[in-house]
Amino acid sequence: MSNEIISKENQVYRKPALMNDTPMHYCPGCSHGVVHKLVAEVIEEMGMEDKSVGVCPVGCAVFAYRYLDIDWQEAAHGRAPAVASAIKRCWNDRLVFTYQGDGDLACIGTCETIHALNRGENITIIFINNAIYGMTGGQMAPTTLIGQKTSTCPYGRTPEIHGYPLKVTEIAATLEGTCYVTRQSVETVAAIRSAKKAIRKAFEASMAGKGSSLVEIVSTCNSGWKMSPVKANKWMQENMFKFYPKGDLKDNTNESQIK
Amino acid sequence: MSKIKGAIVVDTNRCKGCALCIEACPKDVIALTAKRVNVNGYPYAAAERPDDCIGCASCAVVCPDGCIEVYKKKMEE
Repeated sequence: MSNEIISKENQVYRKPALMNDTPMHYCPGCSHGVVHKLVAEVIEEMGMEDKSVGVCPVGCAVFAYRYLDIDWQEAAHGRAPAVASAIKRCWNDRLVFTYQGDGDLACIGTCETIHALNRGENITIIFINNAIYGMTGGQMAPTTLIGQKTSTCPYGRTPEIHGYPLKVTEIAATLEGTCYVTRQSVETVAAIRSAKKAIRKAFEASMAGKGSSLVEIVSTCNSGWKMSPVKANKWMQENMFKFYPKGDLKDNTNESQIK
Repeated sequence: MSKIKGAIVVDTNRCKGCALCIEACPKDVIALTAKRVNVNGYPYAAAERPDDCIGCASCAVVCPDGCIEVYKKKMEE
């Protein structure tokens, strides 16, 4: 039975061609893999395989250049938006995006991120927000929720000691230079399709010279949160979405070019 | 009456056994292997009840490692 179904003409889904066969180092169930796939699919659909430059962060996605067969540049910790700005200014016909986690973007690279967005550089920032420093062992990040337990706040984050979580995406929406600011997630099929549309819109806006875009993906870190992948998705839906509501915060992509 | 039939092919050595595909499958087709592991020591996803597959590709879309290929065909009865 299945032998007559399994043939090339009946294929409805396979991993994108830009994603190579190198096994990914991410933990089982990590959201990074899904976002990598979305980026690869969008670049393929736009026909930008030879004209895309990604800028890797420091964090779990530091090895993103191993998995997608496009041009990549590794940046110092948090400096990806600055590097991407330079690449885009020198090489205007390229699709330039950065791929950063919350420790990289919201803590160490806050300055570069906010200024690159405020200058309206024609780049896209993909912001993976899993509320902790995943790569280094689950320490508290600026985006950690109040009450969330991490390895450096084992009794839960309290505002008196640790301050309040930082909503970078809300800040970005108030900046003049941004044209598209959105918050998405990748835990269900519907959410993944919506995130893909958002990435496509952001890439197209950056190619059209409309300004900078920020696509935040609220994601899980099941190893850092000490949960199974399925439980981590449920925890994210119950806790993260209350503080990080999904949806478009700003969408000026239909308006004329910013001068 | 024609019927849509699907099939999945799992790249077992790429699979990390995260079980997100099992959660996503509307027809409860997939299960992790109970006794076998792949080269990395992970139990891997496999089509436990392949006849129920409708080829919706939900499992493949949520798979973080892109190890599932989905096929779909309209069968004439």
